[in-house]
Amino acid sequence: MNPALQALITITVGVGGCVGYFWLSNLVLDRVLFPARGPQAGRNITRANMIRPWLFLFPALVALAVYLAYPVVATAWLSLHRDAGGAREFAGLDNYARMMAEPKFWESMRNNLLWLVVVPALSTAFGLLAAQLTDRIGWGNLAKSLIFMPMAISFVGASVIWKLIYDARPAGQDQIGILNALYLWAGGDAPQQWLQIPFWNSLFLMAVLVWIQAGFAMVILSAALRAIPEETVEAAILDGANPLQIFFRIKVPQIRGTIVVVWTTITITVLKVFDIVLAMTNGQWETQVLANYMYDKFFRAFDVGVGSAAAMVIMALVTPILVWNVRNARREMQ
Amino acid sequence: MADLLLRDVSKSYGQVTVLRDINLDIRRGELIVFVGPSGCGKSTLLRMIAGLERISGGDFLIDGVRMNDVPPAQRGIAMVFQSYALYPHMTVRDNMSFALKLAKRSDAEIRAAVDRVAQILQLTPYLDRLPKALSGGQRQRVAIGRAIVRDPKVYLFDEPLSNLDAALRVATRIEIAQLKEAMPHSTMVYVTHDQVEAMTLASRIVVLAGGGIAQVGSPLELYQRPRSEFVAQFIGSPSMNLLAGTVASTGPQTLVRLDGGGVARVAIPTAEADLGLRVNLGVRPEDLVPTDAPDALFAGEVEITEALGEVTLLYFRRQDQGAAVVAKLPGIHQGLRRSTVRLGADPARLHLFHQGQSLLWR
Ligand SMILES: Nc1ncnc2c1ncn2[C@@H]1O[C@H](COP(=O)(O)OP(=O)(O)O)[C@@H](O)[C@H]1O
Ligand SMILES: [Mg+2]
Repeated sequence: MNPALQALITITVGVGGCVGYFWLSNLVLDRVLFPARGPQAGRNITRANMIRPWLFLFPALVALAVYLAYPVVATAWLSLHRDAGGAREFAGLDNYARMMAEPKFWESMRNNLLWLVVVPALSTAFGLLAAQLTDRIGWGNLAKSLIFMPMAISFVGASVIWKLIYDARPAGQDQIGILNALYLWAGGDAPQQWLQIPFWNSLFLMAVLVWIQAGFAMVILSAALRAIPEETVEAAILDGANPLQIFFRIKVPQIRGTIVVVWTTITITVLKVFDIVLAMTNGQWETQVLANYMYDKFFRAFDVGVGSAAAMVIMALVTPILVWNVRNARREMQ
Repeated sequence: MADLLLRDVSKSYGQVTVLRDINLDIRRGELIVFVGPSGCGKSTLLRMIAGLERISGGDFLIDGVRMNDVPPAQRGIAMVFQSYALYPHMTVRDNMSFALKLAKRSDAEIRAAVDRVAQILQLTPYLDRLPKALSGGQRQRVAIGRAIVRDPKVYLFDEPLSNLDAALRVATRIEIAQLKEAMPHSTMVYVTHDQVEAMTLASRIVVLAGGGIAQVGSPLELYQRPRSEFVAQFIGSPSMNLLAGTVASTGPQTLVRLDGGGVARVAIPTAEADLGLRVNLGVRPEDLVPTDAPDALFAGEVEITEALGEVTLLYFRRQDQGAAVVAKLPGIHQGLRRSTVRLGADPARLHLFHQGQSLLWR
């Protein structure tokens, strides 16, 4: 069968199934279980209304249970057991101890921390800058679309693009990597293997994520900037503030809540970063990060215990930020 | 502490001209009020004075210096916005200090200035609060305080009271009047669409309408000698009654025969040539008095009465179309509904308009 046709059928069945579920289950509830007629009509309506939210939440709850709750529990269990000839036996914190003894784990932790500081900071800063500047120029909306566009590219796709940017050809040949081309043009001696220079290569990887996330930050912050009452800016102008002072002392403080939400949202993405590292260096040359480390252990080395332990570490790091993020977002919405 | 001069000032947005031919000489120490219906360009004119809006044509001078291209902060003005425009993330003290901090004044000086103004406006207990923890009236006082602290030459107010409830509006209006009293040398420009605010506060009122100035004058001048029907009806509440008629005899006093049947003697001189001129007779509701004289100005059936205690408003049915004729009688009058009342007026209190313009100002 033609794949396009397959996709079409999948979409129809999927969407139709969802709509059908809500419509039919609602119908059964109202007509069969608790019909709104007869002597019990009033009580039936109340009961139906109590059950309805659960009915509608049911698919989401099942999905969450199967794809979120179960994996968490299973991973936690796996991280506390070792492979004993096909069966699993309890190992206490043995897997964690083995993981901590590995230099590659600490390299991942270090790199993750670096990502954690650099990427959200730069993405938010660039996003804020772009939001402020594009609001003030005629072709701002075009610029905004261009800056936002990377959001539509998958991380792997973006990695491929940036791999070309960092590409290095032997000396003497034309460089197709723009970074090397620029480097040589600016007087560099020989083309560099950018992704093999420890420390700096991590920054080059981060550039990819910053490139993607700055667009996200810009869109959210631009909306927040527009919501600032124009009069407060005018009052500041009359008070003698220059454009920089208006930006940093009037505008930024008024959107501080949104900045925090954007920052933490990007932080969570960063903690899970995996595809970019996998596609560009696969963790070589000291660029390993936790998610790729976990993948390495679990699916390449088949060390299920240590892989699960790494997964638990990532979860432990993400959870508090996630909670904080949700709290902030809620407060923003009020 | 400054004279403002507007010379042929105009404003257009693209093809649309909002204001034109604005000529105005505001002297130091005046409290000038711009009134006019919504959308007539009051805010636009004020914002041009502030420098928030470009002046499309003409000149604007403060103390003889052309200000068209001077940035707002260097014009020596402070503005109070309708929405207060307080900085929401700063305490009351920081709101009031902001301009002085930007001007790099010393901390001690700033503190002293803010404390003094807070004292005047009774804001001292709230200095450490954020604006969101203040009531509407308090926020408005902070906005006023933020202006005073800077000690500007010119104060600009854009409908500062319209977000307050009625009682607070009266109280704050009086506060602003007292404030002006305490600063006799500051020039103030005040925008409102409320004619009571205009009448009570202004040393001179500028009535804006149709993209230009309809009339400039002291409140009583506008009340007693309106230049046009528009001004006559805009100032005073309920607004002036207009009755169509024809000039029947001329001289030092004019006799007008009204289309509705009445006659009126008006203390406005007319020339021979005016005989037969179509005019509108203007009479304020408060100037109408019940009369038994045979040649009443107006006679009609009372349709509705509104008893306010101090006065009673009578609304009359009218044969020709047009707004109902209103009379305002002092005191309480009961049982007038559905009865026919004859009304007359003092000739000196009547106005005559031809084609919208007052015959007094020909
Ligand atoms: N930025 C703008 N672009 C086009 N027209 C405007 C703009 N600002 C105001 N106007 C028009 O100018 C007129 C005067 O507005 P404004 O000064 O705000 O009136 P008001 O007397 O109620 O304060 C209105 O008709 C309004 O539609
Ligand atoms: Mg206005």
